[in-house]
Amino acid sequence: MSAGTRKIDVTVTDVVEVNELVKRFRFERSDGGEMPTFSGGAHTVVEMRDGDVTRLNPYSLMSDPRDRRAFTISVRRDEAGRGGSLYMHRQVRIGDRMVLSYPVNLFALDLRAKKHLMIAGGIGITPFLAQIKQLSATGGRFELHYSVRTAALGSYAGELAGRFPANVHVYHDDQSQVIDLARLLDGQPLGTHLYVCGPKGMIDWVIRTATDHGWPAEAVHYEEFLAPQSGKPFEVTLASTGRVITVGEHQSMLEALEAAGVDAPYLCRGGACGQCETDVVRHEGHFIHRDHWLTDDQKTCGKKIMPCVSRFEGKSLVIDR
Amino acid sequence: MTIQFKDETFHDDYTFRNSPWAIQRFPFPFHEDSYMYSVNLEPHLSLRPGSVFEKTFDVDEHYISEMKDRARVLANDPLRCQSLPHMTLAGWDLVELIMEAKARDYPDLFELHRDGDHWHWINKPLGIEQRFTFLDDSTLPCGPMEYITRQAQGDFALLDQREENLWMDAGMVTTQADWSLDFDIGMNFYEWHAPVPLAHEMGVFQRALKFLLNLQQGAPYRRLNWTMTVNPLLDTSPENYHKWGVQKTELTPENVGQKQYLRVELQSFFRLPRSNALVFPIRCYLIRLEDVVSVPKWGRRLHRVLRDLPVELATYKGFIRNRPMIVDFLSAYDDGAPTSPGIFPD
Repeated sequence: MSAGTRKIDVTVTDVVEVNELVKRFRFERSDGGEMPTFSGGAHTVVEMRDGDVTRLNPYSLMSDPRDRRAFTISVRRDEAGRGGSLYMHRQVRIGDRMVLSYPVNLFALDLRAKKHLMIAGGIGITPFLAQIKQLSATGGRFELHYSVRTAALGSYAGELAGRFPANVHVYHDDQSQVIDLARLLDGQPLGTHLYVCGPKGMIDWVIRTATDHGWPAEAVHYEEFLAPQSGKPFEVTLASTGRVITVGEHQSMLEALEAAGVDAPYLCRGGACGQCETDVVRHEGHFIHRDHWLTDDQKTCGKKIMPCVSRFEGKSLVIDR
Repeated sequence: MTIQFKDETFHDDYTFRNSPWAIQRFPFPFHEDSYMYSVNLEPHLSLRPGSVFEKTFDVDEHYISEMKDRARVLANDPLRCQSLPHMTLAGWDLVELIMEAKARDYPDLFELHRDGDHWHWINKPLGIEQRFTFLDDSTLPCGPMEYITRQAQGDFALLDQREENLWMDAGMVTTQADWSLDFDIGMNFYEWHAPVPLAHEMGVFQRALKFLLNLQQGAPYRRLNWTMTVNPLLDTSPENYHKWGVQKTELTPENVGQKQYLRVELQSFFRLPRSNALVFPIRCYLIRLEDVVSVPKWGRRLHRVLRDLPVELATYKGFIRNRPMIVDFLSAYDDGAPTSPGIFPD
């Protein structure tokens, strides 16, 4: 199995400043053909050729899944990040050729649900935009509670509230408006599924509150893409060849493997999908596990690592690649 | 070549036969002289012009007769086709997948004309012409999955993906190797595979499930599976075991070459785009032993595989009772010569 998914050559056909933090990008196939359709909640991995560095960042698809003309994504500028969002904001122009992956969905709607209750924070709105388009086309029942810092920074809040006034509720932090989650969870019809996408604190809060209120885990869905974080450089040895690869300060281990020509599997590059799970042959030191994939036991026993987001500190690390 | 469709039966008088063309392209399932379970998956890419691996959904000389047999089985037992309410979108995904593939791969037999959501489908072999609105259930004579799988050879299981598992939540199953959709509907991957011997202990299903959960849109895979069937029966269902099971006692050394069939399933796996479900087409090919041994490599190899197969597998595949007779018949076609690697004839 080779790494990643099928790729699509695209051209940037529109770049729109949504607000001072968020830009929207529209991509169409460079050969003029149709884009694949997808399911609401899916993401695409955008390849960025930033000088000598190739960045591969996942972004949720926000366009109508039935619209085969184009994919659109929204990117929030992250000044403290490793540079992917800054590249998108500063470098990408209309007419640029780029490469996207086929859609992958790790945040799918449970189509058995009698009702879809959605909680979004900030840029976490994007997967819900596609899901709402899908549900409104098929008569699905949904309710969105969307928390934004200010009205000016509330991407797409006005459009959503205008189009679905009965289904969409917007909360402004600067006006001290807070989602009354406990009350919300209490009044849902049987068969409701809960979805949350936003900052880590919000996801933890929603999962914890739902658990406390007796919601079954199968009815609670969340998506949090972790961006790889910088850290101290470290070395990793490949068991198959004995080759030693250095992982740089601002590089993930997966990126370092790829830069060294190792065909390592991946899908989400955000610690969620499990595809890049790698066996540790031996190690002397400690892991900085940051993924959502490994169980706590697996993280403790030191035999697995998710190289897309996790790091290592110590004397030596040998992996099964 | 233009396919010469045959008029034949898969029940009672069993007039089913393979032409020399069908024998040469038969998907012989053994790539070496022995068999054990493996997650033997490969990308479902076009392979060898004329082979059953060339097209996304292979159409052959048995198409019209197989579709008649499906209609007959469904008339007797409508529960062979079931779709839980949340699987309708996956059914439309399947309509799109099959219609696009057939129209692309067999333009002389099938046509699909699309104007937005207004679709016009022409199936020349079955004499069907249908105008309908994509994603509007009321514009087809039956549900979308049933509609298209009455026009496509092989069984189809639609698997919903949730909770890190797959769920058999819809299907059209009339050509099955002794399993029941009505029994399995709503089960998860481990539950519906529970009866399979040895494989659980080998960890086959954990690996297979992990692979399938990560199956990507636009990147289908395939594998072959096999069993043995007496008489060319497509419908070897548990529901009808009382009718076909007894036929295993009718084999004699004189008729084994004509009545004993090798049954091969070309299984493929596709991620469906709109529903995020998987479709698992299971296409059944039948060939009698007399026709297997007309290819010398296959005769030698099938003898060695069946002779050496573990008892558990011969039991599970339902031919332990007749194994000595089958192996005895095949031994006459095994001169002990080495066989070449791979499944294709020399």
